[in-house]
Amino acid sequence: MLRKLVPHPLLSLTLVFVWLALVNTFTLGNLILGIFFGIVIPMITAAYWPDRPKVGRPFKIIEYGLIVVWDIIVANIQVAMIILFKPEREIHSQWIPVPLELTSAEAITVLAGTITMTPGTVSTMLSADGGCILVHCLHSDDPDAVRDDIKSRYESRLKEIFQ
Amino acid sequence: MSFYTELLIAISLVVSGLFGVVGSYGLIKLKNTVQRLHAPTKATTLGVGGVLIASMIHFVARNGHVSVHELLISLFLFLTAPITAKFIAKAYMARNMKADQLPQSSGDYGWSVYDDPPETDANQ
Repeated sequence: MLRKLVPHPLLSLTLVFVWLALVNTFTLGNLILGIFFGIVIPMITAAYWPDRPKVGRPFKIIEYGLIVVWDIIVANIQVAMIILFKPEREIHSQWIPVPLELTSAEAITVLAGTITMTPGTVSTMLSADGGCILVHCLHSDDPDAVRDDIKSRYESRLKEIFQ
Repeated sequence: MSFYTELLIAISLVVSGLFGVVGSYGLIKLKNTVQRLHAPTKATTLGVGGVLIASMIHFVARNGHVSVHELLISLFLFLTAPITAKFIAKAYMARNMKADQLPQSSGDYGWSVYDDPPETDANQ
């Protein structure tokens, strides 16, 4: 019964939180309306969520979030420096294929988003079977180091979170 | 509002303005399309972030309670910026690049713009 009513508990919780954040004032009425949305929207969109991702280890998620926020700040400064002070011909852009160990679509999506938001890299596309991601690096003299960095810093943590 | 909160707000606004300018300058300076993607996806994140931090400090100092709209804005930004970048990159590659200009993927299948996915029961 509860399973049927709330097929995606995490999605429901997120919707309740987002609704409360949108109205920006916490009242009982808003909470009830939020819960209503949290139940109805997952029901309507259930067809688009064939498998529910297994998400575990809340502390790992917080740790991952903090690392990513920190990297975003560092990335902003690094990219700003490259744009401002590096002459055009000294910017060595590279395409770097990164083989993936992640298999769930949600985990790969998070990884691709993280790569785009962090130091000098943009994820551009997956290979047709989803086993490898193509990353464009704004400036790097050592593509292997960038690849290993992505794998050890983000992918290994995501593997723990999503499995 | 005390002098120090105002100073803090002013600093965040100036920092965010600087990053916004650098991001936009990057669009002019960098020469190829894929390189240009880097400027708006990064330099502007801190640009927008600075404005949001300034706004949060301002409302805490003035009204005494936290406003969470700013958190939502950054959440939506984190969700949409990578997707926009990916769309632009894929469209650019489909129109202007050939598969042999890119490094090989490590698996049996090539990159998704140029290669068909493996056949499964789900997509027949």
